[in-house]
Amino acid sequence: MSCCAPGAEMALEVAGATSASPSSEEIKLASRSLGGDIHQTDLSVPTVHCGACIQAIEAALGSVENVASARVNLSTKRVSVRWRGDIVPPFFAVLGRLGYQAHLFDPEIHEKDRTLSELIRAVAVAGFAAGNIMLLSVSVWSGAEGPTRDLFHWLSALIAIPALAFAGGIYFRSAANALRHGRMNMDVPIAVGVSLAYAMSLYETINHGEHAYFDASVSLLFFLLIGRTLDHVMRERARTAVNGLSRLAARGAVVLRDDGIREYVPVAELAPGMRLLIAAGERIPVDGDIVSGNSDLDCSIVSGESAPKAVSAGTHVQAGTLNLTGPLTMQATAAAKDSFLAEMVRLMEAAEGGRSRYRRIADRVSALYAPVVHLAAFLTFLGWMVASGDWHRAMTIAIAVLIITCPCALGLAVPIVQVVAARRLFEAGVMVKDGSAMERLAAIDAAVFDKTGTLTLGLPRLVNAASIDPAMLAIAADLAAHSRHPFSKALAAYGSVRDRTQFDRVQEEPGFGIEASSGGDIWRLGRRGWAGWKARTGGEGRYGGLGGTVLAKNGSIVACFAFEDATRADAKAAVERLTDAGISVEMLSGDTARACGEAAGSLGIENFVPALLPSGKVERIEALARAGHKVLMVGDGLNDTPALGAAHVSMAPATAADIGRQAADFVFLRESLLAVPLALDVSRKAGRLIRQNIAIAIVYNAFAVPIAILGHVTPLIAAIAMSASSLIVIANAMRLQATAKAAPEAAPARRRTDVIEAAHP
Amino acid sequence: MTTLVYLIPVALFLGALGLSGFLWALRSGQYEDLDGAAERILIEADARDKEGPRSN
Repeated sequence: MSCCAPGAEMALEVAGATSASPSSEEIKLASRSLGGDIHQTDLSVPTVHCGACIQAIEAALGSVENVASARVNLSTKRVSVRWRGDIVPPFFAVLGRLGYQAHLFDPEIHEKDRTLSELIRAVAVAGFAAGNIMLLSVSVWSGAEGPTRDLFHWLSALIAIPALAFAGGIYFRSAANALRHGRMNMDVPIAVGVSLAYAMSLYETINHGEHAYFDASVSLLFFLLIGRTLDHVMRERARTAVNGLSRLAARGAVVLRDDGIREYVPVAELAPGMRLLIAAGERIPVDGDIVSGNSDLDCSIVSGESAPKAVSAGTHVQAGTLNLTGPLTMQATAAAKDSFLAEMVRLMEAAEGGRSRYRRIADRVSALYAPVVHLAAFLTFLGWMVASGDWHRAMTIAIAVLIITCPCALGLAVPIVQVVAARRLFEAGVMVKDGSAMERLAAIDAAVFDKTGTLTLGLPRLVNAASIDPAMLAIAADLAAHSRHPFSKALAAYGSVRDRTQFDRVQEEPGFGIEASSGGDIWRLGRRGWAGWKARTGGEGRYGGLGGTVLAKNGSIVACFAFEDATRADAKAAVERLTDAGISVEMLSGDTARACGEAAGSLGIENFVPALLPSGKVERIEALARAGHKVLMVGDGLNDTPALGAAHVSMAPATAADIGRQAADFVFLRESLLAVPLALDVSRKAGRLIRQNIAIAIVYNAFAVPIAILGHVTPLIAAIAMSASSLIVIANAMRLQATAKAAPEAAPARRRTDVIEAAHP
Repeated sequence: MTTLVYLIPVALFLGALGLSGFLWALRSGQYEDLDGAAERILIEADARDKEGPRSN
């Protein structure tokens, strides 16, 4: 997450676009064999957006030696490359030359497609059956009689069978599953209604009866499946977008064997005692101790500390930290499963509470609704038995009650609103993992933010540029362009493009700074004690932890630089909007009290707790939950992950650690923090529409049920009532799209690539 | 009544033909990249080799 400060294009230009690309061992590890010597590698290329991109990428990759084929998928923004032989072709270099940032994607396992294609198949079959049966039913309603009517009924019964098997199977399985666990969901009344309607219609057909409800049972399935499929497509899109983000955790590491052989080993096979080589720009794969080398580590994603930490031989390092400046040799002290990362996963699983206890609105409604409806149908049966003594008539009317109350509108009421809301959020760059997340978000009354990486970008910004001699600043910027250290990147942004200082020699001293010579003068940019060796020490703490960076000429300090963590775009506005919406905002951070105080002050946050351990964040959230609050947690670091799991609902930026992104309910891809109030706003509106829709469905039943109980429902009335109520519910859901469009657009990220590049290790 | 004997099977057959066509398209992956398909129509076919979708 430290790869790209605003204005880091230059740093990238200097470092070369290929610097961040994974090693060929890593590519090989992430590819999958297709038999023979053909391998397939999936790359995520977020900046593909048009036909020209497709052509450029496919043409360029196709002409690389040993590449069998390259195929771009524009919808998922991915490229799958098939290649031959043992040597990995240089895709990243080729894509980099074309100007596309790519990152490795774990090989696709074709399980997710199965649900979707099953749903689409079911929709197709149900649609075909519903159309044809409706055609036959219209003929019956228009006056077909005697043997013609019987023929039409038989045909309908026949056509309905595959629809029930294919489309109904989804509902029958879900209903059976719910009943087995002693729960009630919306699929139970649907399954009961559909199967009873079919059975009764079949009995009627055999006995040359007048009324058959084949059309009702099949078109009910058709409508409901449309809602369910849209819901699935929406979630799948969000999931694909989140998975397409680059992976921050290391896949493996180069192990230095005792006999001097270097070998790339997957993370899972790293054992304590192994010596690992960590190049600059790589993440530490497992916990361990540094054996040799000096460097700076970016710990922001692990501990929330914003200032990079200098490390040298003997320092203990945690898995997940990013090695910034120099190569390191380290000795692993724990296997991956005992490392910091695994500990976070364990804490998160232990903390998972608020979410698993939550029951969705639809399930809560159906728990009340289904017994009432089934009881009403049963009482109708008893009533007609007593009144007329004709069990066939009593049965027919009771089933008509079930069909008319079958929760078609109710089954659509919730998913259709959530589909529209998720789409609205998707357009604003906010991915929603599932519908229940929006229901939970609408209920929150407290928001807890992490500091580093969430409220701030975790990227330093020069604060005293105005008080520095411009000539010195330009020299410092030119020097800084040679380093990957976050401070250097912040400084490099001040460089002028035209006349650069010419240095004879530039050398980076990992852990200390950069040294360069120019016309007999030695310039140093870095730690005060190292760069200004002639100056008296002291004054180091004047600017806090971020103030110890100086530019020195021949050992005399000529400029001091003070940095602070840059706040995320619109962070202040987002906090204000949340406060206006009646949400209490709090900040929990692993950073120092001083850094937290400054950030909280500038953002207008009154409550903050600094220097928290991951478990401390969880405890704070659990304390809030015990006090009756519903807490939204927004965080990005590994140390936030347990808290993300513990909160009622959680959000993470695209730059978050991998497990954080997986754990969060919402992931926002753009830089602006206004995504948080926007998601809250849309979720609350969606919640209102869902309640309206449920009310509409209940009012509809209040009219329809008495008619059904009195025995006046014919298949024609059932078909009209069912379609009408579904259409009303859908139309109401569409209002969300209309009102949301009218609302001001959230400001898009200044540069789309910012987030993408920032997400890149 | 006699017309129905052949008209209904014909109607059902045509419907089933459409359905199976859709299912075939679904299975052969034609719905996997809808945005890409819309753009690919603009890419010149001459530049492609015989393998089809891959340009060269």
